[in-house]
Amino acid sequence: MIRVQSEVFDAGAELNAFSNRVAGAGAVVSFTGVVRDVTGGLSGMEIEHYEGMTEKALAAIRADAMQRWELADALVIHRFGRLEAGEVIMMVATASKHRKDAFEAAEFLMDYLKSRAPFWKKEVTSDGADWVASKDEDEDALSRW
Amino acid sequence: MQVLYFAWVRERVGIPREEVETSAATVNDLVAELRAREERYEVAFADTSALRVALDQELAEFDAPLSGVREVAFFPPMTGG
Repeated sequence: MIRVQSEVFDAGAELNAFSNRVAGAGAVVSFTGVVRDVTGGLSGMEIEHYEGMTEKALAAIRADAMQRWELADALVIHRFGRLEAGEVIMMVATASKHRKDAFEAAEFLMDYLKSRAPFWKKEVTSDGADWVASKDEDEDALSRW
Repeated sequence: MQVLYFAWVRERVGIPREEVETSAATVNDLVAELRAREERYEVAFADTSALRVALDQELAEFDAPLSGVREVAFFPPMTGG
């Protein structure tokens, strides 16, 4: 399942619901991304996305993961809009009969989300607002798959 | 065709989207046309190696042909997650 939304979500409740849906899978791995305050002066974050392309890109990344690993299901939720420090930005969850498949697929989803899903982050501090630059290692991370 | 701009590209161009009449054969040709228009496009497209392009919502290369394309989007490298 793929969801792109501005609304806050409860990562714990989402994980429980996902685990119930895949009951019997044996292994569930999840990752939750939280807005972190690196500089100590962060007042929030603005996440822009490309409506339409985002949903397609996430669905394609998820379908790729489902094909590469033996998964019972995979969940991706990503928010856009204005977020405060400490808020959940996104989560992925994978379920498989095999622990290794669940872990690897979750890492794969994260690596592709970072640099192939059309989201852009802007950090807002008391000094102003700046777009977060992509990192070379994010691009390099794709080569291992 | 519809041309869309995101993140700092949008801020530099000053608008999120516009209808562009063009006979540009490739993305590079379209960029050259836009840069010749006004200073703000020149600033936004000064370094295309810092940009990514999507054609009809699929990532593409700057030498890709524009034939049949309805929507072109320009943006910086993505920073999701």
